[in-house]
Amino acid sequence: MIEVRNLVKDYGGHLAVDHLSFTINDGQIYGFLGPNGAGKSTTMNIMTGYIGATEGDVLINGHNILEDGEEAKKCIGYLPELPPLYVDMTVEEQLQFAAELKKIPKKDRNEAVYEVMELAKLVDVKGRLIRNLSKGYRQRVGLAQAVLGFPPVIILDEPTVGLDPKQIIEIRDTIRRLGQNHTVILSSHILSEVSAVCDHIMIIDKGS
Amino acid sequence: MTAIYRRELKAYFQSMTGYVFIAFMVLFIGIYFMAYNMMSGYPYFSYTLSGMVTIIMIGIPVLTMRSFADDRKTKTDQLLLTSPVSVAQMVLGKYFSMITVYAVPVLLSGICPLIIKLNGNANLKADYASLLAFFLLGCVYIAIGMFISSLTESQIIAAVGTFGIILLLLLWPSLVGFLPTSAIGSAAGFLILWSGIVFAVSRITSHGPLAVVLEAAGVLSIAVLYLVKKDLFERALTNVLEKIAVTDVFQNFASHYIFDAGGLVYYISIIFLLVFLTVQSIEKRRWS
Repeated sequence: MIEVRNLVKDYGGHLAVDHLSFTINDGQIYGFLGPNGAGKSTTMNIMTGYIGATEGDVLINGHNILEDGEEAKKCIGYLPELPPLYVDMTVEEQLQFAAELKKIPKKDRNEAVYEVMELAKLVDVKGRLIRNLSKGYRQRVGLAQAVLGFPPVIILDEPTVGLDPKQIIEIRDTIRRLGQNHTVILSSHILSEVSAVCDHIMIIDKGS
Repeated sequence: MTAIYRRELKAYFQSMTGYVFIAFMVLFIGIYFMAYNMMSGYPYFSYTLSGMVTIIMIGIPVLTMRSFADDRKTKTDQLLLTSPVSVAQMVLGKYFSMITVYAVPVLLSGICPLIIKLNGNANLKADYASLLAFFLLGCVYIAIGMFISSLTESQIIAAVGTFGIILLLLLWPSLVGFLPTSAIGSAAGFLILWSGIVFAVSRITSHGPLAVVLEAAGVLSIAVLYLVKKDLFERALTNVLEKIAVTDVFQNFASHYIFDAGGLVYYISIIFLLVFLTVQSIEKRRWS
C-alpha cells in the first residue's frame, strides 16, 4: 500500500506539486493522467526517492521513503521518463548490474535477469550494447530493469512513449499481466492509453 | 557498493579513459625516471615522483571528471538513487574504482627503485615511503576531482575546475608568502575569511538571521582577541593558511626523507572530509 500525504514540491517559486494526497491499494493498476507539465513525473520522482519533497510524506508499505529509504526502495521498481541505462554496457550487463543494485542474491541473479528478458522480449538482443539499441528497445530494457526481482510496486513513467503501435500493444499486455499480482502505477497524458489498461484513474493538473 | 565499484571500474576500461590514464602516467614516470635516475645517476626515485606531482595535475582531472557529472547528464543517477543503496555507498564505490585505476601506474612504478638497486646504491625505504605519500596525494586529488564532478553536469567544467584547484594547491606555499604577517593584517585576513565562510553558510542554508548572528559573533571575537592579546595575531594568518598546502607532506617524504606519519593522517582526513562533502552535495541536489 502506498500513502501520499500532502505532497508539495516547490521549484523556486513554481509549485510543481501542490498539496497532493492519495492512497493506492495493493494489486491493482493505477493510471496517472494529466497534461504536460502537470507534475506527474515530479510526483513519481518523489515517490521513488529520487528527489525530496518540500513538504509531505510518502509511505511505501509502511516505510517512509526518506527516513527508511533503503527498505522502501526495495519495494519499488521504477522506470523514469528516460530509461536510466548505461550506454556502454550490454543489455545483459545492465540488467545484471541492476540486479546487484537491487540486492538480489547472487544465486538467483541469472535466473531473475533471464526471466525479465523473456518478459520484455530482450533475449535476442542481450549481447548488444545499449548504445546501439533503438528507442523502443531501450524502453523495453528500462521496463525489464523496473520489474527485475518483481518488487511489489512498479512505477512506470510514460512507458509507451516513442514506441510503435505493435510495441505499445505488447507493453500494455505486459503491464496487464504484471497487474495481476503487483501494484502498478503508470502515467500518461493520453486518456485512451490509461483507460485501456488501468483499473483506477487519477487525474492531476497544475500539481493537484 | 561492490556493484557500483565493479561497474565503474569496467567502464574505465571500456571507454579507454582508464588505459589512456595509465599509459599517460607510465609514459611520464618513464621519462622522468630516465632523465633523473638513469641518465643523471641520481639514486633517489623520490626525485622522479616530485616531478610527477605536476603531471598528475593533468591526469587526475581526466580520471575524475566523469564520475558524477556524466551520471547526472545521462540521468543514470536516477537508477542509482532509486535503488536500495545509500548515497555514501554510491560515492565510496565510485571513489574506490578511481583509486584502483590510479593504483595501477603507482604499483608499476614500484619496480623503478629496484632497477636503481640493480645498478648500485638505492634508498629503498625512502623511495617506497615517498611512493606511499605520492599515492595518498593522488587519492586526495581524486577526492577533490570527485567532489567537483558532483557539483556540475558538465565534464569539462569538472575537469577544468579540478585542474584549477590542484594547481592552486601546488602554488599555495608560494602564494601564502604574499600574505601580510603583521598582527593587524592577520586580523583583517581572518575577518575576510570568516565573512566568506558566513556568506557560504547563508547561501547554503538561506537562513538570514543565522548568518547575521554568526558574522557578528566572528567579528566580535576577532576584535576582542585582537585587543586583549595582540601578539597572538603575529604571522597567525600565514601559519594557519600554510597548513592547506597538501604537497608539503609529500615533499617531507620526497625531499627531506622524513616519514611524516602526521602528514599521512592529514591526507586521510582530507579524503574523509571530501567524501563527506560529495555525499552532502548529492543529497542537497535532491532537495532543490
